[in-house]
Amino acid sequence: MTIISFLILFPFIAALILAFMRKGTPVRKYTLFACCALIVAGAVYFVVNSLSDGHTMSFLTETHTLDTVILIAEWGLAALVCYYSFRYRKYYCAALSLVQTGLITWLELGGHAEVLPAAHIFSDNLTIVMCLIIGIVGCLICVYAMGYMKDYKEHHTEFKDRRSFFFAMLFVFLGAMFGLVFSNNLTWIYFFWEITSICSFLLIGYNQTEEAIKNSFKALWMNLLGGLGFAIAIVYCMLELHVADLQSLVALASQPGSAAIVSIILLAFAGLTKSAQLPFSGWLLGAMVAPTPTSALLHSATMVKAGVYLLLRLSPALCGNLAGLMVTTIGGFTFFATSLLAISQSDAKKVLAYSTVSNLGLITACAGVGMYEAVWAGILLMIFHAVSKSLMFLSVGATENSLGSRNIEDMHGLIVKLPRLAYVMIIGIAGMFLAPFGMLISKWAALRAFVDSNSILLVVFLIFGSATTLFYWTKWLGTLVAVHHNSEPIKNITKKSEWFSLICHSVIMVALCVSFPLISVSLIEPFLEGMFHVTMPPIIGTGNVIIMIMMMCLIAILPIAARFLTLGKKNQVVMSYMGGANTGDDRSFTDSFGKPKRLYLANWYMTELFGEKKLLNVSLILSAAALVILTVMAIGGAV
Amino acid sequence: MNWSVISMLLFIVLAPFAGGLLQGVDRKITARMQGRQGPPLLQPFYDLHKLFSKQSVVVNHLQDFLVCGFLVFIVFTGALFFWGGDLLLVFFALTLAEIFFIMSSCSANSPYSSMGAQRELMQAMAYEPMVLMVAIGFYMVTGSFGVSDIIGNSTPAIVWLPGIFAGFLYILTIKFRKSPFDLSTSHHAHQEMVRGLTTEISGNILGLVELSHWYENIFLLGVVALFLLDANWWSVPVAIAVCFGAYFLEILIDNVFPRVKWQSMLKSAWLVTLVAGVTNFMVLVLVK
Repeated sequence: MTIISFLILFPFIAALILAFMRKGTPVRKYTLFACCALIVAGAVYFVVNSLSDGHTMSFLTETHTLDTVILIAEWGLAALVCYYSFRYRKYYCAALSLVQTGLITWLELGGHAEVLPAAHIFSDNLTIVMCLIIGIVGCLICVYAMGYMKDYKEHHTEFKDRRSFFFAMLFVFLGAMFGLVFSNNLTWIYFFWEITSICSFLLIGYNQTEEAIKNSFKALWMNLLGGLGFAIAIVYCMLELHVADLQSLVALASQPGSAAIVSIILLAFAGLTKSAQLPFSGWLLGAMVAPTPTSALLHSATMVKAGVYLLLRLSPALCGNLAGLMVTTIGGFTFFATSLLAISQSDAKKVLAYSTVSNLGLITACAGVGMYEAVWAGILLMIFHAVSKSLMFLSVGATENSLGSRNIEDMHGLIVKLPRLAYVMIIGIAGMFLAPFGMLISKWAALRAFVDSNSILLVVFLIFGSATTLFYWTKWLGTLVAVHHNSEPIKNITKKSEWFSLICHSVIMVALCVSFPLISVSLIEPFLEGMFHVTMPPIIGTGNVIIMIMMMCLIAILPIAARFLTLGKKNQVVMSYMGGANTGDDRSFTDSFGKPKRLYLANWYMTELFGEKKLLNVSLILSAAALVILTVMAIGGAV
Repeated sequence: MNWSVISMLLFIVLAPFAGGLLQGVDRKITARMQGRQGPPLLQPFYDLHKLFSKQSVVVNHLQDFLVCGFLVFIVFTGALFFWGGDLLLVFFALTLAEIFFIMSSCSANSPYSSMGAQRELMQAMAYEPMVLMVAIGFYMVTGSFGVSDIIGNSTPAIVWLPGIFAGFLYILTIKFRKSPFDLSTSHHAHQEMVRGLTTEISGNILGLVELSHWYENIFLLGVVALFLLDANWWSVPVAIAVCFGAYFLEILIDNVFPRVKWQSMLKSAWLVTLVAGVTNFMVLVLVK
């Protein structure tokens, strides 16, 4: 219990300390590192402790005082939203916030609700997984942010230096996420949910440019809309079902024909907005105006993971009903549509953003299927995605600081220009989609679960989406490995702290790929057995695990194999063929007039087929229509 | 030693010979279709021998490494398939091999091979859904992705999978690099971007690429055979006959159709996947 309170409260304290530390950079730096180390140590201690003690714990049945404190804090949040909404004349945000806070207050103070007493704090293996993701990946991002923001400030002198605020917000975010995953009481989850919404709003608006403010309000209203759904779900739960906690609600809704499905749909709706599923993908794409650590945090360890976390928790209640159909349709469609859209993007952060939305779509679809194989795939996807996406964002950020651009076209030949960053990036990309690395294993299990559940539409989305995913990642990989002749490495200004973070990520990535069967057996399978009350057969057989490990080994010994296959050959290195004579650096050739002519190799983006103009509005409309129709059908069917 | 290990070893040892002979036959038949005499049957082996004995000029050593990755994983793919492994894993390994190959030509950083790489990637995007559909089809019919389970069935899978089989034949044209879909690199001389993908590859490295293609072709014909094989012994000759038939069909198509634009390839391949593959899958969902 103590360790849980530490994990929830300490990040907030750390945030306070960092907020009041100005200018004294070395002191601030080491304070930040120390705070991160403490959080990681706390998370690891908690995990070891709860794994050795048994898996599930619950605490705090009676919490009147704490509830009052939370209610006051909620009004604080509402006041903050109102302040910003009035300052920038976005009154709808204020309205959304006031309505939901009002609803919750009415419920708490009006005394209408007679609910079953239940634990407010709950922890099981999914909590442990989330805890590791938030603690380790989140803290590594904070460590990276220290070095990154220094360069960022030097590159962007036009923005006001609000670094203290920035670091503080990162830690508030971590605290809120810990709170969210440890809470079982719906009002508490809702409270932390709102904190993450507002935190992301503040972080996205960090630069205070017109665009940043526009995008931050986009994030705010979409997430507040989800929050409104959440608040209504709580009201319905308490008044109609007399439950106030997530575990009981899911247990209740898992019985066929239960009226609890209405609140499940509303909660799922909140989950969809938070995990940026179509038609709500706009806020996450807009979030890339913020400095890279923000994006990394939003995309990997926090925020969007809160959405899919909630959906995964709800998944037993989504099996084989209309609510599940709503979630799988939106998730599957998002996976496919955003991977198409990613093809036409050349901005690295935008490709990453679309790929995040796409992967979250797959996790969402897995949760919506509601079968244990699918949920298994969903949880593994979440773990792998957190690490590899964070790695990708951080390496793109470091590359941007050194290269002065984050356009994928400018990363042409990165393996010569910034070799170490290129290798890190290759590990990240391989982790995103290649066999035998992480994500693919989960995609494999997901495919099987989709076929088993006979969901034709999902299978179609998955096979086409996989093909388009292959396209945009391989294109990027190919760009990185292009070797320019006579080209020198450029100065790598990546700081030590950034390197530390990047290397930790890479090591974790590779370790995860090797050790995933272990994670599955010790964490995920016991969790699913408890959740679905089944004995799980192994999802990926031992034989196939061995084959995948063989593939890893093959990749590892490939350099030796390459030596062996080309043994005894003295290959002569020449210039690339360009139709005219290569002038020597692979960038120009001698044309028919004897003049050097510049040459530029571009990737295919095919905007006329896959461009945002062509696809984005169509997919927004289609998904919005599907969302509305299926939600209405599901609620109508339940009431 | 059991049969699965033997057939895997047979693949590793014999596939290059079978693949080379197949190419010899291919060149002979193609020549006859065009009214030419054609090279001797063993010409591909002479070519390969010459490639290996030449000193090769390379643009960078990274490329050699990536080409070796291509060869190693193609052999791995085929070995896993003939060993009786999981079909999805087999296709994932195939994709990995393909990515090594694409990266190798990207690394050359020359306009022709880069363009070839982009087109190859487009081809991969066009055929990938159908390839996954094939694995799903087998799973629906036999309840397993394992190749050894699939061939142990009492009826051949094609009875249930005519649409998926037709779709697979369609994308096989892309995989065999036959016209009308030989966009990224071509066996014919009338290529507008020199040799596309393999422009910057020569000598022994090109020999390795050639060898990988032979392995790959035999593996692909193995997938064709998988549609026909069942527990009865006589399904083996039938499957071999159908493989020859399929390959002949590809040669015929190669000589009849002119190359198309990539747009037509992508659209038609996806359409065929949807119409033949997905419809077949839907029927299976209803029936099974």
